[in-house]
Amino acid sequence: MTTVSLTVNGQPVTADVDPRTLLVQFLRENLRLTGTHVGCDTSQCGACVVHLNGQAVKSCTILAVQAHASVVTTIEGIAGGGELHPMQAAFREHHGLQCGYCTPGMIMSAIDIVNRKGNALDEQTIRAELEGNLCRCTGYHNIVKAVAAGAQAMAQAPLQQAAE
Amino acid sequence: MYAFEYHRPTSVKEAGSLAGQAEDTKFLAGGHTLLPTMKLRLAGPANLIDLGQIAELRGIERTGDTITIGAMMKHAEVANSADVKEAIPALAEMAELIGDPHVRNRGTIGGSVANNDPSADYPAACLALNATIVTNQRKIAADDFFQGIFTTALEEGEIITQISFPIPSRAAYAKFRNPASRYALVGVFVAKHADVVRVTVTGAGSNGVFRVPEMEQALSGNFAAEALDGIAVGEDGMNSDIHADAAYRAHLVGVMARRAVQAAAARG
Repeated sequence: MTTVSLTVNGQPVTADVDPRTLLVQFLRENLRLTGTHVGCDTSQCGACVVHLNGQAVKSCTILAVQAHASVVTTIEGIAGGGELHPMQAAFREHHGLQCGYCTPGMIMSAIDIVNRKGNALDEQTIRAELEGNLCRCTGYHNIVKAVAAGAQAMAQAPLQQAAE
Repeated sequence: MYAFEYHRPTSVKEAGSLAGQAEDTKFLAGGHTLLPTMKLRLAGPANLIDLGQIAELRGIERTGDTITIGAMMKHAEVANSADVKEAIPALAEMAELIGDPHVRNRGTIGGSVANNDPSADYPAACLALNATIVTNQRKIAADDFFQGIFTTALEEGEIITQISFPIPSRAAYAKFRNPASRYALVGVFVAKHADVVRVTVTGAGSNGVFRVPEMEQALSGNFAAEALDGIAVGEDGMNSDIHADAAYRAHLVGVMARRAVQAAAARG
């Protein structure tokens, strides 16, 4: 067993884990944060995307012990005070999902895109940047609309952006 | 994944001595090849030495005519580095073409070079740019480093610490991606140095990255896409799989080489 200490959604967490525990397993099974999904388990689909020290990563391809001393944000950690994060609200408003399985990863990736590329995102940029997130239902159309709208909404919600 | 013992050294020296003491070790860099391989139980090291906490393996530095990149620098960091973009824009663009944004936030230059996947991008860049691979034991010229598919000059327990790239006068990388895996079906890196042009190919060769001497010679005389007219790369030794057969890959080498030369020449 190896001790891992990290911050998850603002809370300090320490645990002894088998070193082969994946970060996504640790989040889901140890912390019961089941919003982060396992889709392909081969670092392709993006259902497991979380933020590690502020950057979007695939938590199925990171050991929990590699996240030692890091700050992790999951889909459960982005809403503030009972209010949806603007990107979550945009996915609901624009119906950027059907079955919803890919949605947590899509939203975490979308917020990362805004953090890197700003609030005015054209369709081409969004589609290119969502390369590592697969959706098998929607054909991406409404996801792209939701990301563009969510990106703009994030510009008007400075407090939530700062919390993220 | 088979069980292993996990080590988290904080210096290259400590990592090297851990590798010397323990049996059956693997170094873990970004983990975006090793961890999937371990999940499939194609690799099952008894000891995993995580290089992620070693500060001396990080950093990008420009000194004179050279850019030196720490082995644990991530693809996104290389792609976004102002120094790399200014000195060797082709290298930054190449890093931006690896995988997807999440992969680029984890995968490292050192890991990619040490793995020498026959479809990876960095081996082509290192070989075309005449890079030097610096380890905790010695300096290895790229020409001597890449020794065939998944094979390098690295000895057991040897750690890549940095890679230094002489700044070329012009360079470009043209990649035909497998749209699913985003690995290079064929990638061609062209670099014009003061005295010579180097042309390297990844993804195509069944024995990994290789140079194309006929193209290098032609481009050394005239650095223009037309100089490649009439030069065909044969199918022998080309990969052939469900994604592309040998003849198609051989054809793509010519197409990508022309595109790379055009892009390099257009940089002015």
